[in-house]
Amino acid sequence: MTFLLAIIIGVLYAAGIYLLLRRSMVKVIFGLIFLGHAANLMIFTVGRLTKGSPAFVPEGASQVLEPFADPLPQALILTAIVIGFGVQAFTIVLFKRTYLTLGTEDLDNMTSTDQLPGGKS
Amino acid sequence: MNRMLMMPVLLPFATAILMLLFQRKIVLHRILGVLSTTLLGVTALILLHGVMREGTLALQIGGWDAPFGITFVADTLAAIMVAITAIIGFTTALYSIGTINTEREHYFYHPLMQLLLMGINGAFLTGDIFNLYVWFEVMLISSFVLLVLGSRPQQLEGAIKYVTLNLLSSAIFLAAVGILYGMTGTLNMADLAIRIPLLEHRELLTVVAVLFLITFGVKSAIFPLFFWLPASYHTPPIAISAMFAGLLTKVGVYAIIRFFTTIFTSTDATLVHQLLLWSGGFTMVVGVLGAVAQYDVRKLLSFHIVSQIGYMIFSIAIQSPLAIAAGLFYMLHNIVAKTNLFYMSGLMRRIGGSYDLRKIGGIYDSYPLFGLLFLVPALGLAGIPPLSGFWAKLLVIRSGLEAGEWWLVAIALGVSMLTLFSMIKIWNEGFWKQHPQSDYDFATSTYHHLGRLDKSMIITPIVLLGLVTAVFGLWFEPFFTMADHAAQELLDPANYIESVRGGTL
Repeated sequence: MTFLLAIIIGVLYAAGIYLLLRRSMVKVIFGLIFLGHAANLMIFTVGRLTKGSPAFVPEGASQVLEPFADPLPQALILTAIVIGFGVQAFTIVLFKRTYLTLGTEDLDNMTSTDQLPGGKS
Repeated sequence: MNRMLMMPVLLPFATAILMLLFQRKIVLHRILGVLSTTLLGVTALILLHGVMREGTLALQIGGWDAPFGITFVADTLAAIMVAITAIIGFTTALYSIGTINTEREHYFYHPLMQLLLMGINGAFLTGDIFNLYVWFEVMLISSFVLLVLGSRPQQLEGAIKYVTLNLLSSAIFLAAVGILYGMTGTLNMADLAIRIPLLEHRELLTVVAVLFLITFGVKSAIFPLFFWLPASYHTPPIAISAMFAGLLTKVGVYAIIRFFTTIFTSTDATLVHQLLLWSGGFTMVVGVLGAVAQYDVRKLLSFHIVSQIGYMIFSIAIQSPLAIAAGLFYMLHNIVAKTNLFYMSGLMRRIGGSYDLRKIGGIYDSYPLFGLLFLVPALGLAGIPPLSGFWAKLLVIRSGLEAGEWWLVAIALGVSMLTLFSMIKIWNEGFWKQHPQSDYDFATSTYHHLGRLDKSMIITPIVLLGLVTAVFGLWFEPFFTMADHAAQELLDPANYIESVRGGTL
């Protein structure tokens, strides 16, 4: 299972970075989303995978029995997903708005803030 | 006293909610903004006083003992940073009243400013690395919205770069937090400081340290990760630029200090400290070379932010007590001087009609006093005694010499000359030479038509921050003692660990 997840994380990172380097804004958004997912899965995997034993205290016992799945990485991922969702929603609106205002979605055309005003570019 | 730790976060949060409840009452927003930042200043001073008297303070949120719950910690460094944030928040609240147009104010400008302050204060005070991530996101999302508020094409274009690169760095941050948790089983900074030296499998330690370095490197705009900064900081209205310029990059620097002194000591991450050293040198040079080429005041100042970050990174990398103290004092001086210069550039545009230095001039003839107001932060930044920048640079250079980093000291001195050169450029072009339109009438400028209240709202922050720069320079000793104290604490984390765990274990 860990091996499979490691492969998936690797593919997500590779795809995310590849998309991030593209010139189209839509692909950049997908790249960012992939990177977010990859990071979430990574937290899940490096927090150790424990199959089929949630951290519940069984009836009659006073503490959780070993082995149990660490609930903290799950809590972290949950938080990260929520934050990621909000931020991605904002990014999509921002990119849409930029497209409507500038009339282009090619990132290579968006160089005006990097040029010397009035000078040669 | 410990409960005071929450106040710098709760106060802006409560204010933002209150503002949203009275959505249409802009005047109320303005008053609340000034009131809340004033209170924030008072709270920060009480906190700083408490930390100086009682040592590091810690608060376990919700009564969950460290390292299981989230801890808020204020050591000297955090308390100083919160205090300086309050000062910048206060002056920006005033400056916004004079400069931000009502349309932006209707679109929640003031509540967003409060949320930004909340995020910044949270990042300074938290003692938990995942919580730090959350505060970074709070800060980022507020800054995203502030950056695009008004949606002019330039702003959107700048925002694309700012948003994409900052989200990338957040994704790296998240991954690094996850790996570190997998290695140590804890997220509490104090607990990490205990466990990292005891780790058996140290192979990944350097990787994690470098991931953190990249994350905070993007946030604090060090070489070669700074490109988003000069591409975006000059696009929003000046009050927003000034706030970003003063505080946002410094939160990144703060995180670098926190991570690479308290958590990863120089024996744990030797590579990172080497990288920081050279990155500091390159950051200084590249930033200042970018700056001297510019004619737009805001872009010139944006490149200077990068250059100045280099000095801080350089001194942090040296890691001697004097060097860390130098870095901290440099940061304080720089936050004040830089924000003030941005305020000034807004004033120059209102008087001269443009941000482009080639299109303005003659301000000194018509408003000689503003010349003086400009010179205080400008010469302060360049490092002319007796202003604050002189002491800051003296300390950085001295600690560099003590560490035997001759090359980097030489670079720092050369960059200092170029800084002075570009400040003189603003002075010559903006204040000294005649206005290029020989019939330009200063009585027609936007500044001239402002009401008395608006004028005073623009001038007061500039005067206040100018005074702070002068005070830092003339009464240098107490501030240095404070920075030195903070540096001692950082390099000997035992005290920090004791305070976080002491009350509970």
